[in-house]
Amino acid sequence: MRATNLSGWGRYPVCGCQLATLRREEQLAEWAASSTMIARGNGRSYGDAALNPELTLSMLAMNRLLAFDANQGVVSCEAGVLLADLLKLYVPQGWFPPVVPGTAEVTVGGMIAADVHGKNHHRDGSFGRHVESLRLATGNGGVLTCTREENADLFRATIGGMGLTGVILSASFRMCRIESEYVRTETLGTPDLAATMAMLETSNDQRYSVAWIDGRAKGGDLGRGLVSRGDFATADDGSARRAAHRSRDGGRRQLPIPALLSVALNPVSVRLFDALYNRVGRSQRGSRLVHHTSFFFPLDRVPGWNRLYGRRGFVQYQCVLPTSQSSQGLQAILERVEKSGQIAYLGVLKLLGEQGEGMMSFPMPGYTLALDFPVRRGTLELLDSLDEITAAHGGRVYLAKDARCRGDHVRQGYPDLPLFGDVRRRSTNATYDFSSAMSRRLGL
Amino acid sequence: MNRGVPAVGTALVVGATGDIGRAVARRLGRDGWELQLAARDSQRLEAEAQDLRLRGVTVTTYDCDVLQEAGPLALIDALPAAPDVAVCTVGALGDQPHDEKDWRAAERVMRANYLGPALLMGALANRFEERGHGVLVGISSIAGERGRRSNYIYGSAKSGFTAFLSGLRSRLHRSGVCVVTVIPGYVRTRMTDHLELPALLTATPEDVADAIVVAIRKRRNVVYVGRVWRDVALVVRAIPESIFKRIPL
Repeated sequence: MRATNLSGWGRYPVCGCQLATLRREEQLAEWAASSTMIARGNGRSYGDAALNPELTLSMLAMNRLLAFDANQGVVSCEAGVLLADLLKLYVPQGWFPPVVPGTAEVTVGGMIAADVHGKNHHRDGSFGRHVESLRLATGNGGVLTCTREENADLFRATIGGMGLTGVILSASFRMCRIESEYVRTETLGTPDLAATMAMLETSNDQRYSVAWIDGRAKGGDLGRGLVSRGDFATADDGSARRAAHRSRDGGRRQLPIPALLSVALNPVSVRLFDALYNRVGRSQRGSRLVHHTSFFFPLDRVPGWNRLYGRRGFVQYQCVLPTSQSSQGLQAILERVEKSGQIAYLGVLKLLGEQGEGMMSFPMPGYTLALDFPVRRGTLELLDSLDEITAAHGGRVYLAKDARCRGDHVRQGYPDLPLFGDVRRRSTNATYDFSSAMSRRLGL
Repeated sequence: MNRGVPAVGTALVVGATGDIGRAVARRLGRDGWELQLAARDSQRLEAEAQDLRLRGVTVTTYDCDVLQEAGPLALIDALPAAPDVAVCTVGALGDQPHDEKDWRAAERVMRANYLGPALLMGALANRFEERGHGVLVGISSIAGERGRRSNYIYGSAKSGFTAFLSGLRSRLHRSGVCVVTVIPGYVRTRMTDHLELPALLTATPEDVADAIVVAIRKRRNVVYVGRVWRDVALVVRAIPESIFKRIPL
């Protein structure tokens, strides 16, 4: 254990923490004396979810595979296994995780704790839905196996529970079959918010869909964007083979960031958007084959892009609004941002499907919008006002992205929070208490 | 020049449940090597082996306590065939102020960093020499470059190991057997978990594994993990003793 400064992916806030690394589960007993702790994966939640000044427990060394059922595609692994590691191993064997977030640099434990969603949420739900079982180190020092049958309420509390029910040690989940490493995708430009939403709705029959919103658009252009949709290519998609030949590297090459760029104000995501927008503008119609890594994880090609926002870091505002309120609410949010003069470099808009299975799962049927803001004067005040709009429209913010929301908004947005609190209290006792800078900030 | 060692073959990793051992095993496994893994705790070793098997690697495991007098020879007797490459990652930092007053603890540090690894490398060397090929990789430490007041028990043992490997390399240099001394500076492992280390100078176990793979391929003699440490070693060695003894390092 040592003292070190830690932050989430947004690099805001930074918090002095005692950091220890878990290498095998028996070691947990070593920290029984610590009154409180939180597990930390690869630090990809944006805010203060994986920070605890007293004890932050890195799970990155818990990265062993435990079993794989090649008939069912069920993989069991320790919680610190990286999604990128699984992809490298299983994609060539024709398996793909059921749900992937926007980066492959996340751990399995983190994906469960945040109940992450991906571009296929409207069809396949969030990650938790595909988890068959997990092993949880709880507050009384014991380890419980949790499934939908066994310790079912702890299972539901742990999915999306932000690590507050215990330390997820391992999990098993079902993957799906793919016939190709490539995704057949098309990208369509949309002139305003209504068009973007309409395009997402008509894209609902596709397996993967998402829209990128131009954060710098003004007035009638608000909400203009690019809708990207697609599915894995089939084996007999002849051009899939051609593509495989053409680009062996499959877009996996990492782009280095020149040191100078890191002080530039224009982040990569905007460049990426502009490049894409122009390409679509040049009317590159029809579908293309792209490697799955550039389809799902475009920003992973720029390691450390979060540093481009400078020393003060950035915050991401991600909320979901129920379907009936989405149009009005999203318009209000984008107008509020425009009026504030703050720059949201990039927005991501996605039509979500079902309510997540976890008590604290973020997804609900409706639209989710994510906006990145560099932390400047007035940024946090703006986000407070966005909270009001979100709340007024019956929505909620995503805890995995949050660094600053008030507890009352979270209590209002997550109706199962009292139930979650009960389960969590039952799982926690004098031996271990699981809490984070986030849970204290929100009074969870 | 191919000195009889194939690009991939069988590699023995001793200390395979440690952070560096795990990283080395994964890296070699990914590169297509068959693995022989040895460690003290057979249960933990089996977990590592299972992980590697799921990654498509052929693995056998061997109980081995290098700290026991009979450990190295027992391991070599247990192996069905001598490996093409052997990597010894065994070591222990100890607690210098405590170990200064507890000779048993000091002895354990010496055993873990010098006696055990050196006897193991020596015994393997004889096998490799008979056969006429092989690569031996020993992980020493920058701490072995010179005895410092803050960790001279550990440092002296590493120094002994470095000297042993150097002599062994010289003895075997016409035999087709290659001896690699890997000298890391700071590495973030369980051994250093409690230390505050300068981020820019601190390597990961994966960095060490990558350096080892290159060293095996290129038949290197001495490899510093991170070039800066070679310069550090040069400076540390050049300071006259009359001055060095006053420096609170």
